[in-house]
Amino acid sequence: MDAIFLQFLNGLDKGSAYALIALGLTIIFGTLGVVNFAHGALFMIGAFCAVSVQKLLSFEKITLDETKLTAWGTPTEVKVHYIEEWFGSSGAVLVDNSVFVSLAVVIPFMMIFGYVMERGLIRHFYKRTHADQILVTFGLAIVLQEIVKAFYGANPIPQPAPEAFIGSTDIGVWFGMAENLVVYPIWRLVYFFFSMAVIAGVFIFLQFTTFGMVVRAGMTDRETVGLLGIDIDKRFTFMFGLAAAVTGAAGVMYTPVLSPNYHMGMDYLVLCFVVVVVGGMGSLGGAVLAGFLLGILQSFSAMNWIKEIVPGIDQVIIYLVAVVILLIRPRGLMGRKGVMEE
Amino acid sequence: MFEKIKNNNTAIMVLFSIMVLAGPLIMAPFGAGYPDLLQRFAIYGIFAVGFNLLFGLTGYLSFGHAAFLGIGSYSAVWMFKLLTMNIVPAIFLAVLLSGLAALVIGYVALRRSGIYFSILTLAFAQMAYNLAYSVLTPITNGETGLQLSLHDARILDPVNTSGSLPSTNFFGAAMNATAKTELFGMTLQFNVGFYVCALILILAFYISLRIFNSPFGLMLRAIRTNQTRLNYTGVNTKPYTLAVFVISGMYAGLAGGLLACTDPLAGAERMQWTASGEVVLMTILGGAGTLIGPVLGSGFIKYFENIFSKINDTVLDGWFSFMPDSMADFFVTIVHPFVGKGWHLTLGILFMLVVIFLPGGLVEGATRIGQWIARKTGAAPESKANSTVISTVHKD
Amino acid sequence: MSDKNIFTSDISRRDVLKTGAKAGVVGASLVSAPFIISSSANAYTNDPGDAATVKLGFNVPQSGPYADEGADELRAFKLAVQHINGTGKDNGMLPTMKPISLKGNGINGKKVEFVTGDTQTKSDAARASAKSMIEKDGVVMVSGGSSSGVAIAVQGLCQEAGVIFMAGLTHSNDTTGKDKKANGFRHFFNAYMSGAALAPVLEKNYGKERNAYHLTADYTWGYTQEASIKKFTEDLGWNTVNAVKTPLAATDFSEYIAPVLNSGADVLVLNHYGGNMINSLTNAVQFGLRDKMINGKKFEIIVPLYSRLMAQGAGANVKGIYGSTNWHWSLQDEGSKAFVKSFGQEYGFPPSQAAHTCYVQTLLYADACQRAGTFNPCGVAEALEGHKFDGMGNGPTEYRAEDHQCFKDVLVVRGKENPSSEFDLLEVVEVTPRAQVEYAVDNEFFAGGELGQCNAG
Repeated sequence: MDAIFLQFLNGLDKGSAYALIALGLTIIFGTLGVVNFAHGALFMIGAFCAVSVQKLLSFEKITLDETKLTAWGTPTEVKVHYIEEWFGSSGAVLVDNSVFVSLAVVIPFMMIFGYVMERGLIRHFYKRTHADQILVTFGLAIVLQEIVKAFYGANPIPQPAPEAFIGSTDIGVWFGMAENLVVYPIWRLVYFFFSMAVIAGVFIFLQFTTFGMVVRAGMTDRETVGLLGIDIDKRFTFMFGLAAAVTGAAGVMYTPVLSPNYHMGMDYLVLCFVVVVVGGMGSLGGAVLAGFLLGILQSFSAMNWIKEIVPGIDQVIIYLVAVVILLIRPRGLMGRKGVMEE
Repeated sequence: MFEKIKNNNTAIMVLFSIMVLAGPLIMAPFGAGYPDLLQRFAIYGIFAVGFNLLFGLTGYLSFGHAAFLGIGSYSAVWMFKLLTMNIVPAIFLAVLLSGLAALVIGYVALRRSGIYFSILTLAFAQMAYNLAYSVLTPITNGETGLQLSLHDARILDPVNTSGSLPSTNFFGAAMNATAKTELFGMTLQFNVGFYVCALILILAFYISLRIFNSPFGLMLRAIRTNQTRLNYTGVNTKPYTLAVFVISGMYAGLAGGLLACTDPLAGAERMQWTASGEVVLMTILGGAGTLIGPVLGSGFIKYFENIFSKINDTVLDGWFSFMPDSMADFFVTIVHPFVGKGWHLTLGILFMLVVIFLPGGLVEGATRIGQWIARKTGAAPESKANSTVISTVHKD
Repeated sequence: MSDKNIFTSDISRRDVLKTGAKAGVVGASLVSAPFIISSSANAYTNDPGDAATVKLGFNVPQSGPYADEGADELRAFKLAVQHINGTGKDNGMLPTMKPISLKGNGINGKKVEFVTGDTQTKSDAARASAKSMIEKDGVVMVSGGSSSGVAIAVQGLCQEAGVIFMAGLTHSNDTTGKDKKANGFRHFFNAYMSGAALAPVLEKNYGKERNAYHLTADYTWGYTQEASIKKFTEDLGWNTVNAVKTPLAATDFSEYIAPVLNSGADVLVLNHYGGNMINSLTNAVQFGLRDKMINGKKFEIIVPLYSRLMAQGAGANVKGIYGSTNWHWSLQDEGSKAFVKSFGQEYGFPPSQAAHTCYVQTLLYADACQRAGTFNPCGVAEALEGHKFDGMGNGPTEYRAEDHQCFKDVLVVRGKENPSSEFDLLEVVEVTPRAQVEYAVDNEFFAGGELGQCNAG
């Protein structure tokens, strides 16, 4: 029982990560109707913003120590963080909490990045075929990841969580269970609440603001909204920037969970496409629902007794669920008719 | 004259055959005239031509075609292990099994259209890949890939006592036999395996041409244009799409089988989504819906993968060695990020450039050059309406 | 980037080029008669004949997750070629290598040239790249690689094509076991040796009564390592609670790590490599496993195969965790010191174990060619078989004739608590002597294969 509870919790956590990445993709689908294969790259760029901020904050003053030699005979380098030299212990706090500094940096940065990407490239592909959109965004994704690789190499770069959030907490005890039954890392809980907050924020923005209302109207019937004299394109461009910012922020917050590498965008690309399609094209709620569903099912499929009954189930569960759902519900969980069906 | 050739099937076939058969001669100046790469050009050409039958004609974008390539390879290697090193039964089984797999997957996936269809095919291919890499290791040999061994049964072949592995052959002609000759300082390599693949490519191209021009092909294009209207007029489109999906899957299986024939190893990576994505890119890059486009696109990508990735700084130094040292160093520094380990970067940039400036892929580029030459030589300007099988670019 | 200076610091590259151009002319004139079947033209594949140079092929991952490891291998290869040709700043390991017949003037009087390729860590791409080296560039030897799947695939290719394969980083038992080939040679250690070397250290530190939980990468290498570690720990008296396979494509291992804590296990063995290992270890530490007491004992994690690059990726999470490695730059024998010095002066940081094994493989190959007086793979193989040498960083070493596996000391390492630099992440806790990791040729973990006969093409 506690094993099931643990995997359920873990599934929620995984699901929140999936949902958050998929949310940005489905916003782009729903508003602009573009198949964005560079979406994984946006996630990766966000993560590497965090790496860059951390590197900048921990920029080191290097002095040579002539008294000690390295194994290959050159003087050893003594490194001191500039920021600590300048600000003392408050500088050290800043370095420790660089992930939050990154978050503040990445949101405006990704907004601009998304804006430039939409105005400079994607805009020209609205009237082109989906195949052309795939080719150009895939090309962009490769270029972005190769640039990151050229700067940071292929090896993952560890990004420790802030001191206060390192380690794990015994959640089971909160619910009156025995010790060590349900232990969960603190940062993953932070990530979970962060995702929920962002997802809720996006929904509130779309449901309860005039801007959001217009965007939703535009998603349903772009032409009519245009005829009403509203410049829907401008709002959609903003939504692209928003989607990029959400995805980039997800990337920043994910870095302490797993060390980022240049390849991480491609690793998540297929997954978030599956999530969005299972949720139903153009449906934000569907994407979130599908993210949680797949996350939870993936966690359960990793349980030993299930693997013993169906060997290799954890290898295919995501795709198996996708097939079953698409066969039962033609447009995914909450898809609308006519979106991306031709 | 240009016009005539484009509309004449016989002329197209003759021209295409000459180009393919002269491959070793044409590719040698580009450093690509060695058997392995020539074979890959031909094999991936077949793969892309088959993919284009489905995507170019019906608009159904399959993201799981690599599964059929993998199934073809595995079945071919199993034939080499169990039956004989002759490639004929291997190819036969490869086409048969991939066709069956395509029938099953197609039957399920074609119940949906658009991106839902793409994701269904992707899901099937990823399941095949993940299982082949792990749980199915007894059949696929997982990570290492399925290889031949000295202990294989090979019941139709004479007992092997040589202590080394037999090579694949076409009724006795070893696939890896190569004749070499010198021409203008280049070594030309004429390889049996390449010519087997080349002949099959020509045949595959011919079948594709016939399908393009047949009533069946017309129906497929109608499906692409407006499937709903067809359904309303009482046409059941499912048999047509399923048929072309199976044919396309068999092409992929054939390509997979040939990959195993030229190099008897079947790895699971052949089925990964990136491999499926590769054939999509080949087709779009060359020009989806055109006859020759996919062949060009596959050649383009394989050339980059095999030639650009091998350019290291020593090679670059060779290129710029005619310059003074400082200038040469400058150019080496400039070019360095785009070659060798940076070949992906160049490929990505070229994808973007081609799709931005040549919406119809490489074929459109060739057509534009052709028109430009025609204008310069004073020939009659080509009208847009006069679109032909070679240069038709579908837009929707 | 850091590797840019490799290229600019290579003083002699143009000299090498000039000789190369000459060699091209000679080589072209060699193939005179038109339409000859290549296999019967020469005594062996890509016989350099009278050419002034000989070409080696370095096939390493340059894209994909192991690209950094590949880049390090390439650095080592370049260094080895400089040392063999006598054009480098120093001679690296050459003076410490015993016995040695290389003179620092190339091999058999021919200067060494090399071509490079990208394996992408995929068996298909690796074979394509190796084939182009053999068919187009005319190499007599292929080396490099960073995974066992690729090593076995390329080894099979080299056997069929009639060139020598000097394996790079490959740790699976199968490379010199089930899938061994007469033309293939492995200097790197294997999973069985890891188990044999680790077991006594684990016994000493963690005792005889432990319950182990294995997480294993779901592919061939993972299986062989899990089997090896299980055997040796169970021989100690440890109990294996569970062994769970994890998908290669997994990035997040939380669903596999979460149940470990209340499974009754008090040791977690991570049979993962590269990105898998970095992520699973990071997850395990996040879940607080190392802070727990289970069955009255402190919970421990073991990573049987370590590499410095992986340790860099996992950061502080490696502290105090035991594993084994083929070689480490902090070793203080003459050979290791010479290599670290030479590599460090050239590139500014110490070499990884992958770089070491590739460097040594190249020197060993060159030396064998020199001793055999030929590049014929059969002659070279004969010279390597049973060859005993020393001064290459691993103590006295032997290339066993029966399976082409090197037998040498194995290092047991531990993640350092207070690293002094970003490279100083592991400390050597024990050098397990060769006798302890040696096994019989017919050992069940290596059964099922046949070396076959050497193939000269």
